Order: sequence, then C-alpha cells, then structure tokens
Amino acid sequence: MAFTLYSLIQAAILCVNAVAVLHEERFLSKIGWGVDQSVGGFGDEPGVKVQLMNLVRSVRTVMRVPLIAVNSVCIVLLLLFG
Amino acid sequence: MDLPHHGYRATKPRARAAPPAADSVLFEDTSSVGPAMNSQGYYTPGYNMEGASNIQEGPGMNNLFADPMASAAMMYGSSLANQGKDMVNKEISRFMSVNKLKYFFAVDTRYVLKKLMILMFPYTHQDWEVRYHRDTPLPPRQDVNAPDLYIPTMAFITYILLAGMALGIQKRFSPEVLGLCASTALVWIIIEVLVMLLSLYLLTIHSDLSTFDLIAYSGYKYVGMIFVVMGGLLFGSDGYFVALAWSSCALMFFIVRSLKMKILPSLSSDSMGTGSSAKPQLRLYVTAATAIFQPIIIYWLTSHLVR
Repeated sequence: MAFTLYSLIQAAILCVNAVAVLHEERFLSKIGWGVDQSVGGFGDEPGVKVQLMNLVRSVRTVMRVPLIAVNSVCIVLLLLFG
Repeated sequence: MDLPHHGYRATKPRARAAPPAADSVLFEDTSSVGPAMNSQGYYTPGYNMEGASNIQEGPGMNNLFADPMASAAMMYGSSLANQGKDMVNKEISRFMSVNKLKYFFAVDTRYVLKKLMILMFPYTHQDWEVRYHRDTPLPPRQDVNAPDLYIPTMAFITYILLAGMALGIQKRFSPEVLGLCASTALVWIIIEVLVMLLSLYLLTIHSDLSTFDLIAYSGYKYVGMIFVVMGGLLFGSDGYFVALAWSSCALMFFIVRSLKMKILPSLSSDSMGTGSSAKPQLRLYVTAATAIFQPIIIYWLTSHLVR
C-alpha cells in the first residue's frame, strides 16, 4: 500500500466532509447524539460518547467555512488536472 | 513536587522549554553567543579602516579589509542574513514552539548509545521513570528515559537509504521508489500519532504526553525496522523473520513499559467513583493496542523489501 502525502490530504478532506454533513436536528438528535443529550452526570470524567459528540459538534462548527474554500479548490484542481 | 489534587490533574502541567542562558545546568546553548562575537570582531576593524590604524588587528585580517568594498559588502550581507534569520524564526514560531523542539534534540553520544541498547534489549533496564528537575522534565542528555526526536529522525533517514539499497540489490530500484517509501512511512507515522491523540482525547486520559512525545515514541520503531531489514539482507528470509520476532518483542516491551508510566496513573485511594472501574481497562487497551500496532507496521513496511 503506497501512500503519498496527496492521498493523505485527500483522505483527510473526505473524512472532514463526512463529519460535516451530519445534520444536527435531522440526524444526530434522532439517534441520540444531539447536543441537548450530552449533559450527562456532573462528574469530572465524561464518557466516550459525550466526548465523541463534542468532537463532532466542534469539528462541524470550526470547519464549516474552511471546508467551503478547500472543497472549491479541490473541485477546480480535479476539473483541471484530472 | 507534589500534585495539587488527584481528581483532575491538569493536562501537560509542565512545559518543556529550553531554559534561559543563565541556567547552564540543563542546556548549553552557544548558538547565540558565537556569531555575535564573530560579527563584533568583524565590525570594529571595518570602522577603523579609514583611519589607517590597522595596528590593532591581527596580521591575518589585513588583506580581508584592505578593500573597503569587500568589507562593506560583508557587513551588508551579514545584516541581510540576520534579517532573513529573524523572519524565518518568527514564521516558524507561529506554528510550533522552537524551544520545545530544542529540548528533544539535546542529546549526546552516550545517551544515543544507551537508548539504542534499551530499544533493542529492554529486558534488563530497571528504572523507567522519567526524571524531573524543578518541575520541568530533564533533557535527554541527563535522563536516559526521556524521549528524543534525534534517534527517530536519523532512523527514518537511515531506513529510507536502506530501503533504496535493498531495492537496488534486487535490481528493482528507481528514484521514485525512494520518495514513495519515504512518504508512505511518513504517512503511517502521521496516522498513528493522530489515532493516539484521538484515543487520548476520547478516553479523557490526562497525561503529559505532548504531540512531540508521541512522534518520538512512534519513531522509535524505525530502529527496529532498520534491524529487521539488515537481518533480512544479510541472512535471507530466515534472518528476516528472526530479526522481526526479536525486534517486535523488544519494541512491544519498550512501548508498554514507557507508556505505562505516562498513561496508566498511579491509582490512589480517592479516585472517582463509578467511572474508575472502566478507566484502567481502557487505558490498558490503548497501551496494548499501541504495542500490537508496532510489529504489524514493521512487517508491512519491510516485507516488500526482503523477498
């Protein structure tokens, strides 16, 4: 399996896109992963699921605008250079 | 040094910084003193030159500064070089702290030899605790358990050269293969470090393992890979598998013992209530998964070199 750095970048863009399309109220709440369901116990150790939900929500919030730019660049490059 | 409280230890409580020049015990940093002295020595004869008082300079400097253009050009060039250096430093320090990086390269020959011995034969090493000095970790010069980035970097480059040589012996060499091999190995390290960071975050393991620490511990497997490839080249397929078994066991032992100190905490009596029963198991799984991953990746990255 020969990787180049370009394939790593491609994989990273695809993964971040996949996380970004998870809609908050249409999908995540339906399967119990919404933000309103993450207020668990008040101990200082949140569980794995709460951490994962926080991670998904923060990735979606942070990467929403940069993803627009990165995807546009990617589309243009793929159209031009195949 | 006592921890303030056990329940919620802060992440990365100690910053690794190259200490200032006043504290010469930890880190001799002569890079800033040397060129300044040289440029001082060059500047003053240049200013005195028009006065034709070359007496105070040594005899070797006369012919350099007899020509005013050359000395002016040298001064201009050195000031340009200083400006360029400052600009590069400023840009780099926006992304990563150069001081933290300097800590990982403060090695000497004795440390490298001992560390390589430990990597290949960790079974007799007794004390795996990383020592601290007034709340900062000791640099690798003074503590053989401290992770460093010198060995992984050198081992990575040596691995690429060895891969080229192994392919050349089998007449399968072409220059693109070197770049492909290098980027494949680099990508696997990046993936492993990202997975480790993700698992440390998801399981809320508060350890003081920084990103550079994880890169260092991931890069130690290249020493094993070099050993395996050498065994395969020198002794054929049997030597390859023997070397693979040996270095896999050694690396797994090394990783488990090193990460056990950092990830698995010294469980005290007043740990948190219901979640604590699951936590040591999860941390153990993380350590074990990291250890199991090493021989797999060694096999994956070296098997195509030794047929």
